[in-house]
Amino acid sequence: MTLTFFWIFGVIAMGSALLCITRRNPVVCALWLVVTLFALAAMYVMLDAQFIAALQVLVYAGAIMVLFLFVIMLLNLGRPGPTDIKGPVGLLLAAVLAGTLLFQLRVLGGAQALPPSAIQLPPGSLAALQARQGIVGAVAGPLFETYLVPFEIASVLLLAAIVGAVVLAKRKL
Amino acid sequence: MTFFIVSSAIKVFAVFNLIMVGVALLTLIERRVCAWMQDRLGPNRVGPQGILQPAADGLKNFLKEETSPAMADKALFTLAPIVSFVPALLTFAVIPFAAPLPTRWGVVPMVVADLPVGFLYILAISSLGVYGIVLAGWSSNNKYALLGGLRASAQMISYEIALGMSTVAVLLLAGNVTLSHVIAQQQAAHAWFIVPLSVAFVIFFISAFAETNRLPFDLPEAEAELIAGYHTEYSAMKFSMFYIAEYSNMVTASALMATLFFGGWDIPFTTWDSTGDPSVLKTLATLVVFGFKTFVFLFTYIWVRWTLPRFRYDQLMALGWKVLLPLSLLYITLLAVAIWFIRTQLGWEYGPGMAWALGGLNLVLLIALVWWLDRGRIVSGSVQEEAA
Repeated sequence: MTLTFFWIFGVIAMGSALLCITRRNPVVCALWLVVTLFALAAMYVMLDAQFIAALQVLVYAGAIMVLFLFVIMLLNLGRPGPTDIKGPVGLLLAAVLAGTLLFQLRVLGGAQALPPSAIQLPPGSLAALQARQGIVGAVAGPLFETYLVPFEIASVLLLAAIVGAVVLAKRKL
Repeated sequence: MTFFIVSSAIKVFAVFNLIMVGVALLTLIERRVCAWMQDRLGPNRVGPQGILQPAADGLKNFLKEETSPAMADKALFTLAPIVSFVPALLTFAVIPFAAPLPTRWGVVPMVVADLPVGFLYILAISSLGVYGIVLAGWSSNNKYALLGGLRASAQMISYEIALGMSTVAVLLLAGNVTLSHVIAQQQAAHAWFIVPLSVAFVIFFISAFAETNRLPFDLPEAEAELIAGYHTEYSAMKFSMFYIAEYSNMVTASALMATLFFGGWDIPFTTWDSTGDPSVLKTLATLVVFGFKTFVFLFTYIWVRWTLPRFRYDQLMALGWKVLLPLSLLYITLLAVAIWFIRTQLGWEYGPGMAWALGGLNLVLLIALVWWLDRGRIVSGSVQEEAA
């Protein structure tokens, strides 16, 4: 059952990602990217990470991509542009890169690579955690207790990026 | 398993039809209430008191010619109403609408899907609805429609933040995002969250108007400036789908306000509905109560629409970013400190005592807020006029 859904959403994610980079119209590209993000959210649900899935849809599909569309429409880029594929050399380079990546995947898949033992959880512990703290608490607990300082530093970093963007965009404050 | 599938299918069917019929009646109620407020009669010709007017409108929309602008992007032009229609109908799925119903095969919870992510699902799915409006604006190849779409995307993102922040207050108190848990906690404590979280309700209420694109925040339509905004080029069923989406968003927003802040299907001043064995009578009674609470908010939507003028666009953005967002952040901070103090220093659990203690804090904040927002214009202004 889960495997069937995995294949369905996997094909959707791959297909829409391909369409996203091959369509010529920026608005259509952005929409295919939304479909990709949505399929990824479905993957998260199958991994029992419903909260991450909800955030994926809420933040990426619902907010960031709307801003993308907003900018595309505001700058009136919505007309199909010239193709990006740069001649036979570019095509060859792309094929070599893709081949290397696929080969690496094949090697990794053959070795049955597991995540490092430090981040592996004993089976069933995630479900127990979610039953005890709720699905949001399971994410919020580590984030605001164990990793509070890195979290705060990351937020300061983001704030600095926002301030920088405002300073760059607005010459006269 | 079979029982689950069959009961779920029946619930999906019932909720879908209830929303569609509710939306149809709501269009009639809107026109009748509007007429009543403007001292006219409104549509009263089709059927007794005009009750069949929505059916006539629906039939008209089915038979009307579908127009499509010559230079429009055909595929996206067709996709836009669908994208706005589907999320609007999906969001109601997580809202519990009555007490559990006992059947011969088991007890059925009266909610389509009690997801572990709760109202985050509503926020996530409803944030997708904006694509319909943006795409409609862009694909019509019409400058007014494009302006409407642009406004919609900026507006809905801005107010989504304030809306999400105001629900954080509910999270702080309830400690869980599932709506059935939120309702159970309000029932057990005999105190709806409107008492301890009234400021959050005010923020939620204002943001919900902006999220559903209703007056005074219907800038994406703004017929005085943009003809009809994003749906200028639409006709017949496609236009109707935008219309149905708007009204079903209203229904979901009203139901969510009733659930988060007014106890959902809880009947006030009694424990009969939430304790003891489930019965058919309890289900029916709580369903009626829930329907009534939702209707009160729906009526408020209509009431506000025909009372307030439309905001200017810069005013809308200033309210969202300079007032509601800092206000909700400040409120969450204050509330978190207050809840921490009550829970750890006084050792109280959520109950009437804690609810009214927080209620007092909220009352002070609300008075300060109204005084600050008013700044001698409406409330104190009229007092001065009377004195003069």
